Amino acid sequence: MARLDLSQKLAILSDAARYDASCASSGTTRRDSRDGKGLGSTEGSGICHAYAPDGRCISLLKILMTNFCIYDCAYCINRVSSNVQRARFSVDEVVQLTIEFYRRNYIEGLFLSSGIIQSPDKTMEDMLRIAKRLREVENFRGYIHLKTIPDAAPELIEEAGLYADRLSINVELPTDNSVKAYAPEKNPVTIRKAMGDVKSRKDMAGERSYTGKRGKRFVPAGQSTQMIVGADGSTDATILGQSTQLYGDYKLKRVYYSAFSPIPDATAKLPLIKPPLVREHRLYQADWLLRFYGFGVDEITAARPDGNLDLEVDPKLAWALQNRAQFPVDVNKASKEMLLRIPGFGTRTVGRILSTRRHRRLRYEDLLRMGASLKKAQAFITALDWSPGGLTDSINLRARFAPPPEQLSLF
Amino acid sequence: MYTVPLPRIGTDIAWRDAAKRLIGAGVSPDDVLWDFDNEMGELFATAAALPPLTRRIKAPQSFVQMADWVVWHKDPQRFARLYALLWRLRHQPGLMQDRADPDLAKLRHMEKGVHRCKHKMKAFVRFRDLRQGGARRSFAAWFEPTHHTVEPTAPFFARRFADMDWMIATPDVTAQFVDGNLSFHPGQPKPDLPEDAAEALWGTYFCNIFNPARLKVSAMTSEMPKKYWKNLPEAQHIQGLIAGAEAKVQQMRDNAPTLPPERAAKIKRQLRDDQE
Repeated sequence: MARLDLSQKLAILSDAARYDASCASSGTTRRDSRDGKGLGSTEGSGICHAYAPDGRCISLLKILMTNFCIYDCAYCINRVSSNVQRARFSVDEVVQLTIEFYRRNYIEGLFLSSGIIQSPDKTMEDMLRIAKRLREVENFRGYIHLKTIPDAAPELIEEAGLYADRLSINVELPTDNSVKAYAPEKNPVTIRKAMGDVKSRKDMAGERSYTGKRGKRFVPAGQSTQMIVGADGSTDATILGQSTQLYGDYKLKRVYYSAFSPIPDATAKLPLIKPPLVREHRLYQADWLLRFYGFGVDEITAARPDGNLDLEVDPKLAWALQNRAQFPVDVNKASKEMLLRIPGFGTRTVGRILSTRRHRRLRYEDLLRMGASLKKAQAFITALDWSPGGLTDSINLRARFAPPPEQLSLF
Repeated sequence: MYTVPLPRIGTDIAWRDAAKRLIGAGVSPDDVLWDFDNEMGELFATAAALPPLTRRIKAPQSFVQMADWVVWHKDPQRFARLYALLWRLRHQPGLMQDRADPDLAKLRHMEKGVHRCKHKMKAFVRFRDLRQGGARRSFAAWFEPTHHTVEPTAPFFARRFADMDWMIATPDVTAQFVDGNLSFHPGQPKPDLPEDAAEALWGTYFCNIFNPARLKVSAMTSEMPKKYWKNLPEAQHIQGLIAGAEAKVQQMRDNAPTLPPERAAKIKRQLRDDQE
């Protein structure tokens, strides 16, 4: 086999990395390089430096160290039984690519992942060499996200947390049975244990010792995970139940949902489908409702008997349509909790309503200027000069929002 | 009638100073003309000096912060709108909390526009290596901002790229960072920057991180509007990626499952032995 040059390796190892949804670079400590002795900064909110035609943000250099892998996960492009072309970066190559891309303002930092080579420990050690070089030799102060190898020794994961802003471990599939079926070498118990270790180590870093000193900085941007949606038969209720548990038990910053997407050289075990992008979108909306809008999983998934979210309307609207007895809501009197449940009102709009309400009573026009989406909200609210009349309870209310039925065509 | 000259560089400080003097002297918004960068010419120039600053002027913190953004907007009415709101605030101290007030809503909208422009500048400036040798490396970029955002955004680049020299040239204002010192200069035409080999690698990355099975062009253009494309080296690949996406996915579907490579069986056997 001919030696691959840097550009060929980059092509193979970024192609192999694109199925990881996360590209976040936010929420870490504030750092800069004003002292002139290093490179880079992080200032709270991340920056998307480009967008690919798939609409996804490109914030980090997201690559695999190598796509050689000894595991055989059916959904994965890099599984051992696949015939994709293999490549491996040297430590130096990853470091140079990161630094040179960063200097040209292409990226916020590095998201490094890897196939498992030889052993989980060996793989993790090699990834650590890259992170350590970036931090200690290049004085790189940008963002580093490391995908943790769950079976690696705890002290290696602990070291990773000292260099990285974020660690992630993918739970891969929503249920243990699915993991057993499609990722036979992975063990859900080990994955959860690794997430638990990161959580308790991070909790420890936040505490002060008896001298009053804080522990060493440890993954300041927290940990995240990813679930593949649509590869197995799990319902949205199962998926969201799993997310709620993950957010609660491991204090995850984010659970990413990744619609199962065609890969080159797929296995016969998992036939290729059109990626369920709308379903993925609805799951993210539901995830937001769970975390920021005070909804419970049961409320969101109760709308349909099959345990899946309504694909035609967003989950908040679906809930409101099912619970019309609670509407219309008077925007001049309702509690914050109830305002958050109005379709078309975001957290910002609600904040603006609350602050303006202290001075005067609100009209329909006021809500427009505050950024509310009244096309959705108008059926569910009353304001000083607005009442929805019979609209709230009208039979065809849902039809106003759902896309029109597809026209039949000759075939 | 006062005509207030406002310079292109240092607009924020000049506007705030003038506004304080005028409001302190009780000058109505109808009696003030704001002249940005001599755009009005000699016609409106008046000899009337601004009133002296006689007392401390108070304004809500939220107004001061908003004004610091809005002064960089490209709308010629921005200074007058700000001053008119400041004038109203004298007798309506709660006005800043009224998110539905039309005057305030307009200014907040402008603030958001500047915010977005600043954010896009942080994202879309692309440096090229000038390969000049020397202890510090040198980079330069050409950028075309929507609003006057070079000055408020340049400190971000200074915090991030402090160990190198750089220049961001724009038609509006040019920022230079040399040996740790940030300075601003008049805008200029697009300079001739040397080719940079890293751009080809960046293009390779852009093409391969794209997932052709998830084509969503409008999601891309809403965040990366076409007006920025001409200065983004990766954007030259977009048309080709869109055009070839469907065929690529179809090919993945059509390919029959292959037999695993020879090494797979051996690796799996060994892994099973290890795990037992």
